[in-house]
Amino acid sequence: MAASSSGYYKMLFSLRKYTNKSQSLYLIDTNFVIRTIWTSGSKYQLKPKVQTKSLPQMVGVVGLEIHAQIQSTSKLFSGSHVGFLAPPNSLVSHFDASLPGTLPVLNRRCVEAAVLTGLAFNCTINRKSLFDRKHYFYADMPAGYQITQQRLPIAVDGTLVYSLFEGRRKNQVVTKSVKIKQIQLEQDSGKSLHDNEQSQTLIDLNRAGVGLMELVMEPEMCCGEEAAAAVRELQLILQALGTCQGNMAEGQLRVDANVSVHRPGEPMGVRTEVKNINSVRHMAKAIDYEIQRQMEVLQSGGTVLNETRAFDSKSGNTIPMRDKEGLQDYRFMPEPNLPPLFVYESEASVPAGVDSAQVVVIDRLSAQLPELPSVRRTRLVETYGVLREHSFMLVNEDGLMDYFESVVQMTKVEPRKVIGWVMNELMGNLNLQNRKVSQSPISPCALAELINLVESGHISSSTAKQVFQEMWKAPEKTVGQIVKEQDLWMINDKEELRKICQKIVDRHTEEVQIIRGGNKKVLNKLMGEVQRETKGRTDPVQVKDILEEMIS
Amino acid sequence: MFCKCAARASRALRPAHPRCGALQLSALSATVSASRTSWSRLTLKRESSNVNSACDSKVPQIPSWKPIDENQLPPATRVSPDLVDKLERLALVDFGSKEGVDCLEKAIRFADQLHVINTDGVDPMDSVLEDRDLYLRADTVTEGECAEELLQLAKNTVEEYFVAPPGNIPLPKREERSAMLKH
Repeated sequence: MAASSSGYYKMLFSLRKYTNKSQSLYLIDTNFVIRTIWTSGSKYQLKPKVQTKSLPQMVGVVGLEIHAQIQSTSKLFSGSHVGFLAPPNSLVSHFDASLPGTLPVLNRRCVEAAVLTGLAFNCTINRKSLFDRKHYFYADMPAGYQITQQRLPIAVDGTLVYSLFEGRRKNQVVTKSVKIKQIQLEQDSGKSLHDNEQSQTLIDLNRAGVGLMELVMEPEMCCGEEAAAAVRELQLILQALGTCQGNMAEGQLRVDANVSVHRPGEPMGVRTEVKNINSVRHMAKAIDYEIQRQMEVLQSGGTVLNETRAFDSKSGNTIPMRDKEGLQDYRFMPEPNLPPLFVYESEASVPAGVDSAQVVVIDRLSAQLPELPSVRRTRLVETYGVLREHSFMLVNEDGLMDYFESVVQMTKVEPRKVIGWVMNELMGNLNLQNRKVSQSPISPCALAELINLVESGHISSSTAKQVFQEMWKAPEKTVGQIVKEQDLWMINDKEELRKICQKIVDRHTEEVQIIRGGNKKVLNKLMGEVQRETKGRTDPVQVKDILEEMIS
Repeated sequence: MFCKCAARASRALRPAHPRCGALQLSALSATVSASRTSWSRLTLKRESSNVNSACDSKVPQIPSWKPIDENQLPPATRVSPDLVDKLERLALVDFGSKEGVDCLEKAIRFADQLHVINTDGVDPMDSVLEDRDLYLRADTVTEGECAEELLQLAKNTVEEYFVAPPGNIPLPKREERSAMLKH
């Protein structure tokens, strides 16, 4: 993507990836929207394909490391702008380019974002945290080290609660949780474009120094589906908090998965680290593939190597990335240019002489915590009586809950009836065209008007679906206009209805005989005929009464 | 190459000792909390006469360090050829000769002297600013938009990109490497 902002892309890069650093440069799959994660099952069910009879079956163990880009105006330690698509190296300060003599100045917003995120996961917020240097040499990290929080991170010991759908119809909600070991503040690296033909790397430092929150989860999950559900929930929470935009395709959320297999009760197996994952769906696939691969390696008498593997979204496989040459030595050392970071419990605990507006106060941030997704779902179930699985759909789709609530407020019908419209008609159409809720041509107000017409008996519910499609095509017209133009008002005139029914009865003498003979089921066929004749503009209950009267 | 570095490091370390002399340390131990009193143990090692003679200069007038007896040190580290090879690969330098390894071992031996210092109950000090408040700036854009200026500093650029050698490609084997390093 960065390349497309310059003419150089014409030179046809053969991009190859060595680390996750240049992750968001390619394989960008912006069209992919995770909508079905709650309803689709794992395609890679871990069947006991390779199983030894006497031993318990092997299980997968999954731990995630997630890098979330902090949503802020400026970078973590410098005053340069944070932006996704900008001309190369335009968002770079002297500090970001590691010019000698420059010093880091910490961005308060980034600290607040990390504390807010920590609070949302019930973490312990460390009143004092420290910064460290993690050394490695890579051209998109010009200082030769990354400033991170290794010894004493800003938040520790949290929990992410997420839900899985189980059962054959995927409608049983199972609540699970995974521990968050720590949340640390650190710098992002720049981006590298590898030009293999000319054997050189082009460096764009626009991303260098952007604030990241690294969330480290304990290895407590067992398969791709669980990890996918956890990451999806994490995404929603970060988006609700406004601390990260959470778009994996744009690299705002980057997930590395540590995968191993073992038999329950035995020590953990050797793990591999899977990188290059740029969507939740790919992550689930990569993890399940890796678990299966490791099981097969062990069953055939081999050993799993501790290595970094990349996910290839085309083949659905993971492939070894590079030789780590044993454990890499990052030569961690305290960052000498940054004194410890203090955050304060309450306004009262801010030391005298310190301007409380300049520091981070936990109480102040707690008060800012928005309604989190899990609370929203409970509220939807309790307030509107919607099914729990529907509450997930409403919350998971950006803007859908607001849309639903607006419609409910503008109609007098039961919220459960609105759900059908929102889930089937609205989402069905949006998904077909790959649109977001905010891009819907039908406003909540227009949908409410339509539902009200059905409720008041002015149009039938089957006609309403037809009208909905018309409204989708011609958003400038009102519901009333469409109904009038296409002559779709319900036939409520008894006389007219009788005429139509008589016509059908006359045309189907054979069926009438059968009904008179006692087979009442055939009446449904006649009712269908009436519906067809009137293009669905009749009330089935009324039609049934009239037909019964005529035939008996 | 490593040999030179080590030699430089050892030269640099020696004058560094007296520089953190009694005056500074006693001043520090007076200001830091009670838990840090063991700093004073360090000051005891210094010659107290320095306190008086260093009124004008913070650098002691006479060397204040004493040689440390071999038997106070932990067993000497021996560097295996495999480790040398790994270090060479990581650092992209060639020091695998007999002298190179000797020099590395001497450097480690020199650093071993630090083991003699009693640091019980002393929190490591990361920075002399550690009791200061870390200043937090507001989240506003104040810098950037200086690509041209920055790119001028680079040897190679393509359009608005810096050009670097190909990334972290696994290093070639030892024999191929020496050929590569000549280029």
